[in-house]
Amino acid sequence: MNPSTQKPSIEELEKIAVEVRTNIIQMIHRANAGHPGGSLSAADIVTALYFRVMNVDPKNPDWPDRDRFILSKGHACPVWYAALAEKGFFDKSHLNTLRKLNSILQGHADMVKTPGVDMTVGSLGQGLSAGLGMALSGKLQKKDYRVWVVIGDGETQEGSIWEAAMAASTWKVDNLTVILDNNGIQNDTFTDDIQIRGDLAAKWRAFGWNVIEIDGHNMQQIVEALETAPTIKGVPTIIIAATVKGKGVSFMENVPAWHGKAPNAEQTQIALAEIRG
Amino acid sequence: MTVNASVYHYVKPEIVAALASDEPFANAKQQATRHAFAEAILEVGEANPNVVVLNADVSKSIGTNKFAEKFPEREFNFGIAEQNMMAAAAGMASTGLIPFACTYAVFASMRALDQVRNSIHYPRLNVKIAASHSGITPGPDGVTHQAQEDISIMRALANSCVIAPADSPTTKQAVWAAAEYNGPVYLSFTRDPVPILFDDDFPFELGKAVTVRDGSDVTIIAMRDLVAQALVAAERLAQDSGVSARVLYCHTIKPLDTEAVLQAAKETGAIVVAENNVTYGGLGSAVAELLVANNPIPMRQIGVKDTFAESGPYLEVIDKYGLTSPHIVRATHDVLDHKARFTRPVSLAAVA
Repeated sequence: MNPSTQKPSIEELEKIAVEVRTNIIQMIHRANAGHPGGSLSAADIVTALYFRVMNVDPKNPDWPDRDRFILSKGHACPVWYAALAEKGFFDKSHLNTLRKLNSILQGHADMVKTPGVDMTVGSLGQGLSAGLGMALSGKLQKKDYRVWVVIGDGETQEGSIWEAAMAASTWKVDNLTVILDNNGIQNDTFTDDIQIRGDLAAKWRAFGWNVIEIDGHNMQQIVEALETAPTIKGVPTIIIAATVKGKGVSFMENVPAWHGKAPNAEQTQIALAEIRG
Repeated sequence: MTVNASVYHYVKPEIVAALASDEPFANAKQQATRHAFAEAILEVGEANPNVVVLNADVSKSIGTNKFAEKFPEREFNFGIAEQNMMAAAAGMASTGLIPFACTYAVFASMRALDQVRNSIHYPRLNVKIAASHSGITPGPDGVTHQAQEDISIMRALANSCVIAPADSPTTKQAVWAAAEYNGPVYLSFTRDPVPILFDDDFPFELGKAVTVRDGSDVTIIAMRDLVAQALVAAERLAQDSGVSARVLYCHTIKPLDTEAVLQAAKETGAIVVAENNVTYGGLGSAVAELLVANNPIPMRQIGVKDTFAESGPYLEVIDKYGLTSPHIVRATHDVLDHKARFTRPVSLAAVA
């Protein structure tokens, strides 16, 4: 079973990313809370994963042989929900219920409540470890699935990220790929104004990882990197994606305040117009 | 003094016979329950190929290095990185494996608590946390390695199941029960050797407390290493004061066997809870919460008061911090005095 045999083109992926961004803005506006900046910065990556790269079946979300995806930067779950709904894991009407009582869409993603969510996330620095565990299971159980984990640059301040990084290279977990959504902003302000990121590629190489550096909004580069990673054997791969927080909405782009703030009605209209071009 | 053996259940005859002596466990076989776990997990691993063992650089201490030797492909030593180990265990469990994540209780319940809460308990994943050095059972190591809060912390988590077995045979039964249960389980083991109290036919059932000594005046409810102390205290009370003390071995702190506790409350009218754990939030709190809502009879708690302990030999440390049988005896007399006042008919004339 491989539901993703018909692979969309780069242009088609870019169109899907417009829909994903549209849904992100609309759901956060309706919820009047959420994290648009980091959702938009990861939108192209998550779109490429779900619509071109990952082997998943929206009609069978618990399929044991599926690829796993973990958005370790769990506050950006609107991008995950948007992609899952677009892919058909659940009806798009649920997007109107984000963060509301009795919703399947929690403020941070819950694997029990939401079809397609492979790991509960929200407390930073844990998703990579969980992905490591899934990848080790895959090797032990001789399964072909791959594990994809998106982490944030602020999130790499968590020490447990580096615990997992060390373990993944020790155990040569090459069925695990991390995508670092390197948007340079965290909750308080710019990442480097809090803790200096330094040479992230050198850091991950020093931890024994294969590193690919790309423009995280260039769909061609994203797809190439995601399709190259599985061919690298014997080491885990990290794709360090240079991204723009708030990408696609001019007044949100590179503005720390849009890390965790909902747009009002007027801002939403402008944002949607810009996204749809 | 002779011991009335007929009131004891599932307790080894040689243990019962020596309970009234000056050093009741001097000749008893002893084993740290961490090592009983290490033996049991070999058998569980043999029976179920989905069982994997995760270590955090204390496998030689716990004894799970033997699992690594027997099943090298199913053992993962994460090194001194408990946070990574716990969240990785969650990921493994999500794919159908049954990980036993092994470390010391301070690290399992505190250092990695965020992972234990959010990645394991919130999604209710099938991870078993095997925690050695629970309570103040690592005496000489001192406070940093004494997990006097672990039972309280783990009990506070939703979806948790918390087991603290008293000796080796019931530890092995607990490990099997944990492997068969679908959901997170916290298993609490001792660092130091404790007496082997129970027969192999002990009727271990997750969530079911077992009366191991009959009694009608008061019930002593105990867990983990204080079950041995409770048995000694109960026999001392019988020998010295004619007090008939029931002993309820409550190996599962959560879910609490509410039926057994309420039955003991009704039938004996006074309760002492004995736990090598702080008096906030553990077994004593669980019993008190139940009693206050259902049958608020006099109750006393044996446990670590609002203090950290210190280094020292295990039995000397727990004696200094109020957890040994003489302390249980005193608390029992105290609760019996209270029970006498509590149940005395009020004279309206005297009040007027």
